[in-house]
Amino acid sequence: MPAAGNEVTHPRPTSKSGGPLKPRRSRLSRNETIWGWTFVSPWIIGFFAFTALPIALSAWYSFTAYNIYQPPRFIGTANYTVLMTDPLFWTAMYNTFYYTFISVPLMMVIALFLALLLNTKLPGMGVFRTIYFLPSVLSGVGVALLWMWVFNPGSGLINSVLEIFGIRGPLWLHSPEWSKPAMIIMSLWGVGGVMVINLAGLQSIPGSLYDAAKIDGAGWWAQLRYVTIPMLSPTLFFNFITLTIGSLQIFTQAYVMTDGGPVNSTLFYVFYLFNTAFENLRMGYASAMAWILFLIIVGFSLFQIRMSRRWVYYEES
Amino acid sequence: MRKLMPARRAYVLTVYALLIIGSISFLFPLLWMVSTALKPTSQIYAYPPVWWPSPLDWANFREAINFFPFWLYFRNSAIVTVLVVIGSVYSAAFVAYGFSKLNWKGRDWLFFFVLATLMIPAQVLMIPQYVIFTRIGWVDTLLPLIVPAFFGGGAFNIFLFRQYYRTIPKEYSDAARIDGCSEFRIFWQIVLPQSKPAMATAAIFAFLWTWNDFMGPVIYLHSPQNFTLPIGLRAFQQQTGTEWDLLMAASLLVMLPVIVLFFFLQRYFVAGMSMSGLNR
Repeated sequence: MPAAGNEVTHPRPTSKSGGPLKPRRSRLSRNETIWGWTFVSPWIIGFFAFTALPIALSAWYSFTAYNIYQPPRFIGTANYTVLMTDPLFWTAMYNTFYYTFISVPLMMVIALFLALLLNTKLPGMGVFRTIYFLPSVLSGVGVALLWMWVFNPGSGLINSVLEIFGIRGPLWLHSPEWSKPAMIIMSLWGVGGVMVINLAGLQSIPGSLYDAAKIDGAGWWAQLRYVTIPMLSPTLFFNFITLTIGSLQIFTQAYVMTDGGPVNSTLFYVFYLFNTAFENLRMGYASAMAWILFLIIVGFSLFQIRMSRRWVYYEES
Repeated sequence: MRKLMPARRAYVLTVYALLIIGSISFLFPLLWMVSTALKPTSQIYAYPPVWWPSPLDWANFREAINFFPFWLYFRNSAIVTVLVVIGSVYSAAFVAYGFSKLNWKGRDWLFFFVLATLMIPAQVLMIPQYVIFTRIGWVDTLLPLIVPAFFGGGAFNIFLFRQYYRTIPKEYSDAARIDGCSEFRIFWQIVLPQSKPAMATAAIFAFLWTWNDFMGPVIYLHSPQNFTLPIGLRAFQQQTGTEWDLLMAASLLVMLPVIVLFFFLQRYFVAGMSMSGLNR
């Protein structure tokens, strides 16, 4: 029987708050309340100790001069006003947005493209999925070292391959023009996780929609444009948000591979923040930077959620 | 029919061609790393480049391990990772029970709050956390990296378990409740044993995050005897600089547990990834 069809036409037969007859409900529910709070209590304790208290402290520090050894000294909004005229702050902002605005769209397109290829029902797709997925679970210092060697101007993998085609490769991480593109290329290597998320999304699109589209004469492109992308849009939206937030926080690559250079060309926001806090011990100044990053992330997310109403399609359920 | 066949064949060939070209470019950096790790020093900078080193210099691995206190760092990494995995899996499973298997006022409101904490970037928290851990004397110990995992294991893991618990039928726990079972026992003996896939997924993610974590150790671990592998590797790089055969051998050793785990448990990796993207 088409149960799903019934649910759409009738008002929901059962309400979430339970059935009409429950004589012992009040005792049970009081018990459940006690148990409920007992079970979530570890999270609540952890929240106060490791999140709420730090947030309050961080907000306070951002209005102080603080080097950890002497108590914080209140200086009003000075950290924020000085930041606005700090050229390194703007360099870091520029580098981070440059990286994010190129890396994220490229990752989105490549992840979708690979997922579409892997979603074809042909033999051997499992092997390809493994190959594309594996690099994305590797991360951290080992991967950073690997890519330093791949980008080595004289004997690295990329320039050696370019050499075969008679192309003289750039200096990559040693060049202010090529250091950010190098890190963008490196980020694309980790596209497999996003691809797997897309693949799961593609597999949950009902085949009947494609059958209907074919009957209407839709070709490959029309099916992609009018069936696949709208149906996948919540997944794409999720990927877009998480990738962007992740990219804005790029750190390890700058720390290990370039130390922010050459000529500050890979001085990324979080790297500058880290140096300010833990190398120069300017905790107040760095806290102000952290709050500006927080506002950027929240502002971006809210903006995207607003925009998403125009292009993200949610099924009624 | 006969006219359709060549079109279909061209399509299949195009798909495979694209996938193979892509695979080569995805695999090449890894193969390059393996090949470098096995090169005798003389062949690293050779021109034209050596793709397949001969003889294979397996001694690079031994040399890399002896060059820096690999096993000490490995031990520190293992301690942190094992404890974080245990702490986050069990505490997230525990907390999620309160968020899904029990009905109480304010539950969904509080859960929304849990999810909202995902928005807070780590950078806002790391400075005051460092100050707090300095005050209680935990800096330069492994504790700041381990202890927080035991308080709910992070919003994502709680979310993951909560989603999974919804698929477990209520009948079991209701029957146990009628028999007078306490909620602790229902959680421990009935719900948790049925949640193995969620536990595997949460454990894998906790393992990946912790094993690869760089920023936490860089902030909190100062003396070399406390280093985990990632900062040990970083220190190794600063000492050796350009001995890429040793650096690649060491990097490969650090990545090896992840690679091995990936090949054995790939379906849990995939399941976890898919879940993070799909169920909101």
